[in-house]
Amino acid sequence: MCKDCGCGLPGENPTGVSAHHHEHEHDHPHAHEGEHTHDHDHAHAHSHTHEHEDHAHAHDSGLEERRIVEVRQAILGKNDRLAERNRGFFRARGLLTLNVLSSPGSGKTAFLRETARGLGTQLKAGIIVGDLATDNDAQRLRESGAPVVQITTGTVCHLEAEMVARAVKQLDINGLELLIIENVGNLVCPASYDLGEDLRVVLLSVTEGEDKPLKYPPMFQSADVIIISKIDLAQVCDYDREAAGRNLQKVAPKAKVFEISAKTGQGMEAWQKFLVQQHKERRESSLV
Amino acid sequence: MHELSIMQSALSMALDQARQNGASRVYVIRLRIGALSGVVPDALQFAFEALTPGTAAEGAELAIEHVPARFWCASCAQEFQSDDLFADCPGCHRPSGDLRAGREMEVASLEIE
Repeated sequence: MCKDCGCGLPGENPTGVSAHHHEHEHDHPHAHEGEHTHDHDHAHAHSHTHEHEDHAHAHDSGLEERRIVEVRQAILGKNDRLAERNRGFFRARGLLTLNVLSSPGSGKTAFLRETARGLGTQLKAGIIVGDLATDNDAQRLRESGAPVVQITTGTVCHLEAEMVARAVKQLDINGLELLIIENVGNLVCPASYDLGEDLRVVLLSVTEGEDKPLKYPPMFQSADVIIISKIDLAQVCDYDREAAGRNLQKVAPKAKVFEISAKTGQGMEAWQKFLVQQHKERRESSLV
Repeated sequence: MHELSIMQSALSMALDQARQNGASRVYVIRLRIGALSGVVPDALQFAFEALTPGTAAEGAELAIEHVPARFWCASCAQEFQSDDLFADCPGCHRPSGDLRAGREMEVASLEIE
């Protein structure tokens, strides 16, 4: 490794990230027989300047030299660490935690209200809900009987692990078995932020079009579960079930898919059974 | 919105590192951004130009290294690369959900003085 700038020398740099031209300061003796001329008109702290064939020197801007520092840190590393801390805390409390995501208006709130209501005492749920403003969703979710905490993010378009950690302190989680986090309605940004969930649940309503998974691949790719919501409207929307299935298979081949209607209750039982089973399995393998 | 807050985090990490290394000026900030990270390089560039004035990185270059998505196909036991976000294994033509690389979002290195 180069002692001056810490970069790898050719052949020892695994990433090639720091391949660059050096600008080193040398103090080895040189013969100065007039082979090079000095025509600087400013004071130099250098004993001399010289030109190597393989070194381009740029001594016009100051006394120090440009150097490369390897950083290699994840930009969202802080969020990831906080998310891991959340995950450990939730699991120690025996909670199955869901991060629920979708575009605005695809029916997250109604779906979650019916989920919590339907589960009742089978799996006692608490809900954290994020929105830019208002506590309208919290009020709607409270109709399920579950305890609810609203996070208002102001202008932030996604929830972060730290916001969840703060919100959960306002929730009485004793006796809870399921923690549902309803994220801000947005199919782009929340995909990047781990909150410490066990399962990432992404909704796609039949009114949005079958090709949405192809338009927003990072979000759908990160899903463990995909909920096709408003299935009662499938016919009036000319929803193409097969096309949606094909698209989901392309983007998220491993995700489990449920078709539901919060309004008619279609498909809700299978989804609730799945949650009870997930909680049981995780508890048994002490993952919860 | 998203890129702005991500750029803000990246820039503050870079400036911290520059300070710790006794730098007075940052010339280049190199990021590695995966194809499936969900951030758009152009939007990062825009945010960078908006955020750097008045900092040690004013006038610096933002260099973004693109990391392509790499998938693992279990049935063919091989890794394959795709710039297409929906990757069918070139061997068996079945989709693979096993992503091995492509979600990266990191500050790789700095060029400082």
